[in-house]
Amino acid sequence: MKILVCISHVPDTTAKIIFTPDNKEFVSQGVTFIINPYDEIALARAIELTDGGKGTVTAINIGDISTEPTIRKALAIGATDAIRVNAAPRDGYFVAAQIAQIAKQNNYDIILCGRESSDHNGASVPSMIAEMLGVPAISSAKKLDVEGTNANLEREIEGGKEMVSTSFPFVAGASEGMAEPKIPNMRGIMSARTKPLTVVEPVDAPELSKIVSYDKPVSRSSVKMIAQEDAGKLWDMIREEKKII
Amino acid sequence: MATDRFQGHDYYLMDELLTEEHKLIRSSVRDWVKKEVSPIVEDACQKAEFPKQWIKGLAEIGAFGPYIPEEYGGGGLDQIAYGLIMQELERGDSGLRSTASVQSSLVMYPIYTYGSEEQRKKYLPKLASGEMMGCFGLTEPDHGSNPNGMVSNIKDKGDHFILNGAKMWISNAPFADIAVVWAKDEQGIIRGMIVERGMKGFSTPETHGKWSLRASATGELVFDNVIVPKENILPNVKGLKGPLGCLNSARYGISWGVIGAAMDCYDSALRYSKERIQFGKPIGGFQLQQKKLAEMITEITKAQLLTWRLGVLKNEGRATPAQISMAKRNNVNMALQIAREARQIHGGMGITGEFPIMRHMMNLESVITYEGTHDIHLLITGMDVTGIAAFE
Repeated sequence: MKILVCISHVPDTTAKIIFTPDNKEFVSQGVTFIINPYDEIALARAIELTDGGKGTVTAINIGDISTEPTIRKALAIGATDAIRVNAAPRDGYFVAAQIAQIAKQNNYDIILCGRESSDHNGASVPSMIAEMLGVPAISSAKKLDVEGTNANLEREIEGGKEMVSTSFPFVAGASEGMAEPKIPNMRGIMSARTKPLTVVEPVDAPELSKIVSYDKPVSRSSVKMIAQEDAGKLWDMIREEKKII
Repeated sequence: MATDRFQGHDYYLMDELLTEEHKLIRSSVRDWVKKEVSPIVEDACQKAEFPKQWIKGLAEIGAFGPYIPEEYGGGGLDQIAYGLIMQELERGDSGLRSTASVQSSLVMYPIYTYGSEEQRKKYLPKLASGEMMGCFGLTEPDHGSNPNGMVSNIKDKGDHFILNGAKMWISNAPFADIAVVWAKDEQGIIRGMIVERGMKGFSTPETHGKWSLRASATGELVFDNVIVPKENILPNVKGLKGPLGCLNSARYGISWGVIGAAMDCYDSALRYSKERIQFGKPIGGFQLQQKKLAEMITEITKAQLLTWRLGVLKNEGRATPAQISMAKRNNVNMALQIAREARQIHGGMGITGEFPIMRHMMNLESVITYEGTHDIHLLITGMDVTGIAAFE
């Protein structure tokens, strides 16, 4: 079984988010980057499925050389080898095109992504990869089991669960519950030093969307206290000041 | 304890002095502590129990003998990696770090440095994997700061020695499989040896009633005519320099470890000062609290710089025992003072198990005493700069 796991290099979920003064770019200086938490779930499940010599796990990332520590962590956690496509991941379509290109060359049985990345939260890459390869896409999968060349997945839907069955190859987006993220152990960290990390140049892909600017949510204002005798003004405040109604 | 929301503090961008592998090791140990230690450490301390399940985890994250070569089961890592592991463990609890320190610096280090090849192969891989746990016997009831006065002794009986004596304040003693013990031979020369659990006359009674390092098992080592085979003697060292070499390694680890405890106290105090509202604003907005917090991060930053430089010197084989004494003394005291100040910032909440402060503070009262007391380390610096020993 050959599994490709797509790894995004994202700011730590506790990082302070700052944009350039023109709000066009994220300021990454001083920010710690991590493996996208949903990708860590995908990676953990891929390692479980191939445990005991039942297959290989290749980690792939689209990024410049600064993402290599994140890829090394994926190798330390247990990926067999890794590929870095040497380009800035400018949008979801571009990223999906790169992954699809690599997938076409290597015939993976399963392509696992996180259900979305914790930075841009686009949630579009898994479906786009599947479309480009002409294979099934299963989004937000909470469970993944394999029997021969078939897979049974479980998705959470409004008010219940949806059970999905498909055969290899397919693309799935991993969600909480599929596996418990793994912490690299010392043997893993040591072996990651020598595991193969191949760097390939990107293929051309049209720029279909462009991020124009970023805006941070308005910070929450403090609680406004109203004197008991002014309780009648509450209605006016909700309607006039806050325009909630 | 509430959810562990700890974040590291790096005021002088020290991370730029670390390799990517150092940072990966640090984050892995931190993640393990958050997952396996923080949720249960408070309860373990309240019950005065060492959670045995930590042993397997400590071995897997490489906390046992990180700088011992890979061929003997160690991690083959450098001294800065060792320091960072100790920092993250002690961020969880000083008792946890003590268990790892003892195994690495006081058991694996002497077997690797002073042991025969047979001893290395027999013990080190099992100690690295946690299959075997060790302890270190130097301190005696009447000989703490003056180990040279020890009365534990061995007598040559041809193909074996007979060991008599007692050691106390021994971390890991109650469950250790082996003990690296220091005793005087008939010529009065200190020799090191490996005593194994099960040897007749060897017992390890547990020390109860501690107010400190409660999640770490402490005990005594009692030797009543124990037959020690000659192949258990560490052949490559004689004299006090044997145990002192081990202590240098352990003290170095402590100088890093306590930065973890200090950062945990500071991190909690900083967060609490921004969340706790009094007089209509967060208490972090008041000058007296800011003074405490500003001094804390200043002292942590100084300690970080000190240990990083010491680590570089140690990697180059140039760190002197006196330099290690300075770092151990300075950093433990720094951490203890920060724990006390952090306790004040937390007000009454600081005495509860909801926050790690009081636990760290009580642990650090041991750490400032063991592995060379605060005063003895001062006198080592005094001797180093004047050339005159004040403790003899």
